[in-house]
Amino acid sequence: MSDTILTARGLKKHFKTGGGMAKSGTVRAVDDVSFDVRRGETFAIVGESGCGKSTLARLLMRLLTPTDGDVEFDGIDVRSLKGRDLTALRRDMQFVFQDPFSSLNPRMSVGKLVGEPLETHFPQMSATERRGKVAALLAKVGLRPEHAERYPHEFSGGQRQRIGIARALASAPKLVIGDEPVSALDVSVQAQVINLLGDLRDELGLTLVIIAHDLAVIRHMSDRVAVMYLGQIVEQGDVDTVFTQPRHPYTRALLSAIPVAAHGERAPRKALEGEMPSPANPPSGCRFHTRCPYAQARCKTDNPALRATDVAEGHVAACHFFEVIAADEPDLGLADAPKRAPGAAARFALYEDAMRERATPRPRQDQE
Amino acid sequence: MRDFSLRFRGAPSDQINHVNFSVRAGKTLCVVGESGCGKSVTSLAMMGLLPPGAATIRSGEMIFEGQNLDLSDNNAMRKLRGSRMTMIFQEPMTSLNPAFRIGDQIAESVLAHRNCTKAEAHDRSLAILKRVGIPAAEKRMRDYPHQLSGGMRQRVMIAMALVNDPALLIADEPTTALDVTIQAEILELIRDLQTETDMGTIMITHDLGVVAEIADTVAVMYAGTIVETGPAERIFNDPQHPYTIGLMSSIPQLTGPRGRLSTVPGMVPTTLNMPEGCRFATRCPFAAEICSKEPPLAPLGDGHAVACHFAPLETHLEQSA
Repeated sequence: MSDTILTARGLKKHFKTGGGMAKSGTVRAVDDVSFDVRRGETFAIVGESGCGKSTLARLLMRLLTPTDGDVEFDGIDVRSLKGRDLTALRRDMQFVFQDPFSSLNPRMSVGKLVGEPLETHFPQMSATERRGKVAALLAKVGLRPEHAERYPHEFSGGQRQRIGIARALASAPKLVIGDEPVSALDVSVQAQVINLLGDLRDELGLTLVIIAHDLAVIRHMSDRVAVMYLGQIVEQGDVDTVFTQPRHPYTRALLSAIPVAAHGERAPRKALEGEMPSPANPPSGCRFHTRCPYAQARCKTDNPALRATDVAEGHVAACHFFEVIAADEPDLGLADAPKRAPGAAARFALYEDAMRERATPRPRQDQE
Repeated sequence: MRDFSLRFRGAPSDQINHVNFSVRAGKTLCVVGESGCGKSVTSLAMMGLLPPGAATIRSGEMIFEGQNLDLSDNNAMRKLRGSRMTMIFQEPMTSLNPAFRIGDQIAESVLAHRNCTKAEAHDRSLAILKRVGIPAAEKRMRDYPHQLSGGMRQRVMIAMALVNDPALLIADEPTTALDVTIQAEILELIRDLQTETDMGTIMITHDLGVVAEIADTVAVMYAGTIVETGPAERIFNDPQHPYTIGLMSSIPQLTGPRGRLSTVPGMVPTTLNMPEGCRFATRCPFAAEICSKEPPLAPLGDGHAVACHFAPLETHLEQSA
């Protein structure tokens, strides 16, 4: 088995717009994206709305056919798959959607919802076997077996997301793609689902591809991260490297824009001017130059390719001048852990202990 | 000088249970809590925007700019709404009328509350649009909402809210629907405008990062009660209530170790199964018998107050251990 489970090479997706009376054009949602995902890791794709990250996820799954470029999954060229082979791909690669309210059929019971992929992918399985398997899957994601009788509307957002995860796991996939799997959830529930995904990855040897816009969530969940802007990857590397020593000006801006939940003086932030240009009409040269505080004449004409940085192995950034910028600008040096009063620190420790005690006797069950 | 204090004590079917807070001119109060904790209902009640008959105000009064307001008096509220007291909503697309040009929508608010000509209203609208940082404001005045991006629409909403120089701005999750870089711009804008005009702001949010960024005082709400309140610095550096602590430990951090996150187990109870006494008891790791009695919001000094029998946790638990 090779170390790489999923490879994208020069992936492009262009959508035609308009037609009829309207002016027609092309939206370059994903434009020449390449990356490798290693077996067993969590690979994150981060970017703001409209950067093409969801389109990219759908291309990987072949829910959309790329305009150009190749996706290779476990040694198979995904692009040419048809019929039975495509079904097999869908078994090995599963999707968890963002919105737990609209991605579950309200007229199917949870048992049916989780059993459906079993029926599709393992038609030889008997109904009794299937019921047993559904109960096991529900237990795995921290729900009770009797929940199989209920319908989606009877569950909270976090529980519905657990059902979505159980459904994705039903076909025993090798790779799970999560498109904003926790962004619709409240923080306390979000933490539960983040923990669950991490546990399942370790337990089942899954590879995860997480698409998200929340950088703190990404830092917590993933090993490597790719930052997207207007359909292209602008920076990629280990999470720790990208978060502590970002090289692309966009990554710097993104990181400094996050409000940190701690009180105190904050470093003056370099807010970005303006908004993301439309992917139907991307700027010439470097696509970020219209908002980049360091843009120079060359940036308007030459689109920079991803180049290796000297920070760490495997860390690449697409900027003509990142060495110059790095020499002038100190690394962000993200804020230290919150300074808490001694009493408060003791309280946090107590809380963590209490949580651990709760978790031990019944691992992961009934957390909701 | 506009110095006002505001107090609200309401209990529509006990969804909101004896909530008190105040905002000073030029300061920001952040109300934090998860979905269903009653933070939006509280703000709608303050604006008198709850649909008639949907809720009854069981108790409570509101003092706004030294005047005692009757929340059920629609006429009085209508005069205040949009002039002295304004609100920004979470979803800027659904709160703007798609069929009218944005310039006209802002001017409408001016004409409704001020005795002025259409030209004056137009000029005023244009000035405020420029102030909130809309490029080519004159041209944008003639645009319809769908022609603007999310960030621009939120700026228009802010312009509309501020065009009559309100004394109090209520912002209900104003940046939740926006990207982080845009969110940073909007928060900065609200802060600048606030220093300029000395208005009080109530910011409703679930994002503790936003709270740390903008709040002077914080009220943490859980299931319709305020469980902890105080100056932002005290809430972040010296949180007392188990819910506040649980909430803060659930946030993935940008620094520090990346182990498992602590969580708040379970779900927010609904009005149908609201526990007696402390409403957090069903999810609290430290809950004991005494928690079936409602804990008072006990002051700890410097305006910091917490509703927990066990505060401060560390000393209480050590004694019992």
